[in-house]
Amino acid sequence: MEKSSVSTLLKMEGVTKRFPGVIANDRVDLELHNGEVLALLGENGAGKSTLMNILAGLYRPDEGFITIRGEKVSIHSPQDSMHLGIGMIHQEFMLVQTMTVAENIVLGLQDLPLIPPMAEIKRKIIELSDRYSLKVDPDRFIYELSVGEQQRVEILKLVYRGAEVLILDEPTAVLTPQESRDLNGIIKTMLSEGKSAIFITHKMDEVLSFSHRVQVLRQGKTVAACKTEGTTPQELANMMVGREILFKIKKAPYRPGEPKLILDGVTVEDPTGRPVLKDISLTIYEGEILGIAGVAGNGQTELTEVITGLQKAVSGRITLDSQDMTNKQPLHLIKAGMSHIPADRGAMGIVGDMSVADNLVMKRYRSEPIASRHGVMHATKIFGFAKKMISFFKIATPKPETLVKFLSGGNIQKTILAREIDSCGGVLIAVYPSRGLDVGATESVRNNIVAQRDKKAAVLLVSEELDELLSVADKIGVMFEGELMGIVDAATTNKEELGMMMAGMRGGNA
Amino acid sequence: MQLITTLLAVTLSAGTSLLYATIGEIYTERSGILNLGVEGMMMMGALSAFAVSFYTGSLFLSLIVAMLVGGSLALLHAFLSISMRANQVVSGLSITLFGTGLASYLGQRLGPESNGFNLAGMTASNFQKIQIPFLGDIPILAAFFNQDVLTYMLFLIVPLSWYFMYRTKHGLSLRSVGENPRTASAMGISVAKVRYLYTVIGGMLVGLGGAHLTLAYTPGWSENVTGGRGWIVIALVIFAGWNPSRAVFGAVLFGGINAIQFRLQAAGTMIPASFLNMAPYVVTVVVLALMTIIGKKKKGKYSSPSALGNAFSIEDK
Amino acid sequence: MRIVLEKREARSKTVTVLVPIISFVVSLMLGSIVLGLSGANPLSTYGFMFKGAFGTWIDFTETLVKAIPLLLTGLGVALAFKLRFWNIGAEGQFIWGAIGTSWVMVFWNFLPLPLLLPIGLVMGMVAGAMWAGIPAILKANWGVDETLTTLMLNYVAILFAEYLYYGPWRDPDGFGFPGTKRFPQEGWLPRFAGRAHYGLFLALAIAILLWFLLSKTRWGFEIKMIGKNQKAARCLGVSIEKSIVVTLLISGALAGLAGATEVAGISHRLQKGIDMGYGYTAIIIAWMAQLNPLACILVSILMAGLLVGGDQLQMMVGLPSSMGLVIQGLLLFPLLAGSVFTEYRLKIVRKVEA
Repeated sequence: MEKSSVSTLLKMEGVTKRFPGVIANDRVDLELHNGEVLALLGENGAGKSTLMNILAGLYRPDEGFITIRGEKVSIHSPQDSMHLGIGMIHQEFMLVQTMTVAENIVLGLQDLPLIPPMAEIKRKIIELSDRYSLKVDPDRFIYELSVGEQQRVEILKLVYRGAEVLILDEPTAVLTPQESRDLNGIIKTMLSEGKSAIFITHKMDEVLSFSHRVQVLRQGKTVAACKTEGTTPQELANMMVGREILFKIKKAPYRPGEPKLILDGVTVEDPTGRPVLKDISLTIYEGEILGIAGVAGNGQTELTEVITGLQKAVSGRITLDSQDMTNKQPLHLIKAGMSHIPADRGAMGIVGDMSVADNLVMKRYRSEPIASRHGVMHATKIFGFAKKMISFFKIATPKPETLVKFLSGGNIQKTILAREIDSCGGVLIAVYPSRGLDVGATESVRNNIVAQRDKKAAVLLVSEELDELLSVADKIGVMFEGELMGIVDAATTNKEELGMMMAGMRGGNA
Repeated sequence: MQLITTLLAVTLSAGTSLLYATIGEIYTERSGILNLGVEGMMMMGALSAFAVSFYTGSLFLSLIVAMLVGGSLALLHAFLSISMRANQVVSGLSITLFGTGLASYLGQRLGPESNGFNLAGMTASNFQKIQIPFLGDIPILAAFFNQDVLTYMLFLIVPLSWYFMYRTKHGLSLRSVGENPRTASAMGISVAKVRYLYTVIGGMLVGLGGAHLTLAYTPGWSENVTGGRGWIVIALVIFAGWNPSRAVFGAVLFGGINAIQFRLQAAGTMIPASFLNMAPYVVTVVVLALMTIIGKKKKGKYSSPSALGNAFSIEDK
Repeated sequence: MRIVLEKREARSKTVTVLVPIISFVVSLMLGSIVLGLSGANPLSTYGFMFKGAFGTWIDFTETLVKAIPLLLTGLGVALAFKLRFWNIGAEGQFIWGAIGTSWVMVFWNFLPLPLLLPIGLVMGMVAGAMWAGIPAILKANWGVDETLTTLMLNYVAILFAEYLYYGPWRDPDGFGFPGTKRFPQEGWLPRFAGRAHYGLFLALAIAILLWFLLSKTRWGFEIKMIGKNQKAARCLGVSIEKSIVVTLLISGALAGLAGATEVAGISHRLQKGIDMGYGYTAIIIAWMAQLNPLACILVSILMAGLLVGGDQLQMMVGLPSSMGLVIQGLLLFPLLAGSVFTEYRLKIVRKVEA
């Protein structure tokens, strides 16, 4: 797909965007050529999404300007961006669940007639979906569609609006390996029609297989921009994090003890009676990390919630230290020594409007020394305990009394980790614990989890990063549509095997 | 037969103010704004309509003023909850407290000096029932065609509102803003503008509902003319599943309870009046509880707009 | 150029204290517009109101008389609001408190007379708690919206009380007056000045106790957790259902106690006019006090002053007493608008060329 003459389509120059307390983009330049895929590589928090949100008209830059085909443009709203032929697919899909595919596709179109001619619109959608092999029924409601289908609706929405530049924010995070390959095909078709794309990612293999050129961002600044051809994954990774990364986790040899947590035929149904977790049986031993892989939304949440008492099992049995724990209240499980690092840390892990100190004692406030036998809490004891934890876990907070919501994502996670690890009595359920954290915080989270396992805790680690699972876990189970596809040995398996299981193939000792 | 026709006619008349306000509140809530100020807006609508009719004799002007007054109170709610990101429950409550207080004050202040400045006990020109020729003579059906202009207008407003919400471009925007403001905003729809607009439109319809009470249903002003109707409306919106056409059933049910109440009282029943008067409130609690308990099992079409009651800013994460 | 709100890095304490004070001043200014437009002189009206409420010792005792039920209901509402349970049913719970107490006072003839008052007050609290318990259980078990249920139950309570004092409980020797027999004198709540009764000290003690419980104990800590993030609280082992029911029973009991002290201390019978709207004013008090029990003390005296001042207006200058209600209603608006500044600040941005 080598072009003989390179023509610049879009250019960003000296773009700076500040948020209270942080500079998200610091004088960033970016160039996109006609008919190419540019990979925007960087760690979480490097400023990739912010930069692209500026192009999409969601944010306004504090400094800098944008030119398209050599002409200076100003983008004040998503509408402006759309007029200029720029369309963005956000990580979190911009779809209205209770509306149909067709309604979503025409939503907000300025030249839409007062009474939209739906028959004509649907015809055009079907025509476009045939052309780009984006199969989807325009009459279905979004909530009836799978994640992959929803992504196709997002792409159709942009194509329908005549977008020339497609921005995709981590599009493969929610896809199976097979669906990712399909996506690659779809993008290739679009390029052949003269469209261009910017592809945000933090995965090296995607950069290499999808893009023509790559631009690396670190802490809001461009650190490199070059042709993809000729770079190596190691080179890119080093540029991305700014130092040699050695993802070698210090880990004692695997010596499992007694069975600790046992699930036997556990099934969970959603409020409408549809099974979302089907007949799950697994055992976690003392001193073992069982990793759970799978595309998000295949029952991982339900699995961890039924173990931690947040959801009810309709059948099956859960035992902890050979005691029946099926459908027990969360408090009962906490008292039995269970710790839980939930997936949605802002919504479930912390109380943002309370202080760091208060959040740190949320598992200890029920008993002495934090509270007296009569239930009176001692402010000085809370404070002392919090100070100890803050320094031990290196939580960066101005004061222990600072409200947690004013901390950064990494420090919020450290607060949760500190509380859960301190109170851990033998079982740790960690769900996406390193999601969205920078390298330093990720490393500290992983090491802390491994340390618990070395102290004979039974650990369940749910993650969407296969690299994390392969380096941290002892065994890996794969979930697909609420079922366990099998459990494999982390030391002997590989990404291909896991990928097949994530797509619904049984494997290991299922 | 005659009895049924009369009962039905009273039911429709009693349900009119409820339906105006319910449809108004559906517009508001569909945009994601919860306005608990309905009782206050209705009260002010009722008072202002009556006062204008009393002094000018112009029913048209009365309606316009009632709409403006309802709309202004709603605008205040919109400003507090959209621009100032205030708690919508408390903001709505304060609209109700303020509206009822002010209506009570003005009702004792705006009247003629001869009546001690009281508006209560005064009479003003009001809407008369208009019989539609031919249709108004058929038994049962006659109930629908012996109504006042405001009730007749509903025959148009209800289907038009449904069509507007589900079949037009603006309805699409409205629903998307209440369901997923982030998406709506990314698609170039101004969330704040849409929310302001439909909160104010909602308030205007609520004001009309109030006007129907003092100018048609029970002509004249009294301090508890709304009698908690504004709150029943909030429940009716839930019963209707935020769908204007289904709002008709709720309004007819509660209008019916009113009609039967009157009938029984007039007939001198053994049931004490207090218990008869409790009926609408008890029924609301019972139906609401049943709807919630049963509704849990069915999600989707009947559930509330997802973003209802939440402030929105594009830079929120 | 346009004005936008920008998030602060930490909550501002100064603004938190300033906002209610400025709000009060602004609402007086807004009230003067209403007064001016309806043909009254704002300054002299406010002067009359102030004098009427705080001018003499005897006026002030009248203000205290109203402050007692306002403080108790305000505390009840503030407690429920801390849980984000929108209890707007304090009015109904208040009326049930009055009914409960009256039942003991009028019909429990078998009680030794000295026990009449304590048992009467306890019964009022039980009745108020019961009335709040219905929406609490509906909410805790099935998630039924509490704003509607609590409010609807207000109307039911008022109509039920009406049934009682017009019907079976009406004093047979009362010449048709809608009210029960007068309570035996031993059941009256003693007064210390004018009509101001010892319920005041009971209410003050409860406010201080509640402040201690909320800020220093496990129970208060859990209420805070639930109110600020229910999902996280559940994750951390707090039983939401139990907390809602227990807290609402207490909230209802406080409103019930308000009704109890009102009949035992002031009217000495259950009678027409018991629904004085204290339960609604309580919402304003709770929010003005930012749900702090100690702040509720000050705010309820202020609100009582507005009500008494309003009543005096009627007597002295013939303005409707509901002017007090109008100003109360106006109070919340600047408060609601101002609260945003505790977490945001105004920023003026000039147009940038992008």
